[in-house]
Amino acid sequence: MMANETPKIAIQNLHKQFGEKVVLDGVDLLVPEGQSVVIIGGSGTGKSVLLKNILGLLSPEKGSITIDDQDVVGMDWPERERILQKVGMLFQNAALFDSLTVWENVAFGLIEGRGMKRKEAQEIAYDKLADVGLGPEIAPLSPAELSGGMRKRVGLARAIATDPEIIFFDEPTTGLDPIMGDVINDLIVDRVKHLGATTLTITHDMASARKIADKIAMIYQGKIIWAGPVSEIDESGNDFVDQFIHGRAEGPIQMDVRAG
Amino acid sequence: MNPLASIGRTTIGFFTTIGRISQFTARAVFHCFVPPFYGRLLGRQLIEIGYYSLPVVGLTAIFTGMVLALQSFTGFARFNAEGAVASVVVLSITRELAPVLAGLMVSGRIGAAMAAEIGTMSVTEQVDALTTLSTNPFKYLVAPRLIAGVLMLPLLVLVADIIGVFGGYLVSIYKLGFNPTVYLERTWDILEPLDVVSGLVKAAVFGFLISLMGCYHGYHSRGGAQGVGAATTNAVVSASVLILAFNYMITELFFAI
Repeated sequence: MMANETPKIAIQNLHKQFGEKVVLDGVDLLVPEGQSVVIIGGSGTGKSVLLKNILGLLSPEKGSITIDDQDVVGMDWPERERILQKVGMLFQNAALFDSLTVWENVAFGLIEGRGMKRKEAQEIAYDKLADVGLGPEIAPLSPAELSGGMRKRVGLARAIATDPEIIFFDEPTTGLDPIMGDVINDLIVDRVKHLGATTLTITHDMASARKIADKIAMIYQGKIIWAGPVSEIDESGNDFVDQFIHGRAEGPIQMDVRAG
Repeated sequence: MNPLASIGRTTIGFFTTIGRISQFTARAVFHCFVPPFYGRLLGRQLIEIGYYSLPVVGLTAIFTGMVLALQSFTGFARFNAEGAVASVVVLSITRELAPVLAGLMVSGRIGAAMAAEIGTMSVTEQVDALTTLSTNPFKYLVAPRLIAGVLMLPLLVLVADIIGVFGGYLVSIYKLGFNPTVYLERTWDILEPLDVVSGLVKAAVFGFLISLMGCYHGYHSRGGAQGVGAATTNAVVSASVLILAFNYMITELFFAI
């Protein structure tokens, strides 16, 4: 990383295990302010666990996570709430609330998180839906009535509704066809540029990573094994990275194909 | 397999669960008293638990009162003590049957629904989404359900008391030939405020237990549809067993000789 880059998120020596299974084994990562960092890695390498630790949904055994120089590990709810008000998150399956309409989902952070009046929040929700290419006719529908791509767009609208400083994307293109995946990638790039937000994305979709990222980091066996600008990933000189980005079965990464 | 290791594992597992439930209860109760409060959600739960449970609780109460009058009459007739039917009906309904049966019925209806709803939210990351939207899941999901359970069960039991006694009255008057005035006088004379109050206290405790078990098992459900199914079953079974156990303890507190 360049010396003048101020880290928005800094992760140092992060360890997390479930029983005997070590998932994160000393992760170090800096996410510079205003940049888009993408973490790539195979299934079960700890990408989602890392994200949940940053968000406080899981607690690490060891290590530190700082957001704007504030250590968030073990933070109590009122302090965490202040940190979370800077954050937006797009979940892998959108995680829309079934019991609410589309616009109520988008406006949720404004109404419940920030105490905004429903009418005012509704207007913002309609604007955010328009930003992700969804018309007002979608707003009163239930999430169950939407297609996968539309749900993802609504999830994106919800993630950006509060104009957050930091946005997390968990597998933003998983489960979508390539065209809809690219539409989502374009929306992410466009909205992130518009907001000037810092973003951290986890994905194993290389097309998505190349489009979204300023910087890519690869996680393998609970450690960041390579990190650098997206332009350098093809010449990383790392056999693990090469195998992953080219999707080869042969190489140093051995996949467990049998249960147990 | 080493039987001692198995016993050890089971014992540790049991105490771990007790610890988890205690921790969950402490957090849940704390968030019932600390703002922000979600009035809209509380209102929805009050209607869901109270209003929509009325038919099932009412039907349970009326048939229970009716069968109680019938059974006690046939039993007491052997000792020429038919006159005690009114007393038996009103005391059994207010002290025991209305709170316990209403609790069990609401446990099946509401405890299962809570576990299924929160469980589905948990396995589809909706609970995590609440947190990332600066909303504490305990305040948003658990506290309104706990408060609604504690408030609505006593009201349901009060209605069940009236309907249950009325069921006994119907059978006693129209089938067994009792004099209506005498029956009502005996009912009124034997009834003490403590009989009704003890039933209402039980109901409040049962409402708390039903909501707590529904929320706890839903919140900790894992592993997709199967996990949600298991959470639903566990919520109903644990709430039902706790209702019966606490029923005995509260009865001891109020009526121990």
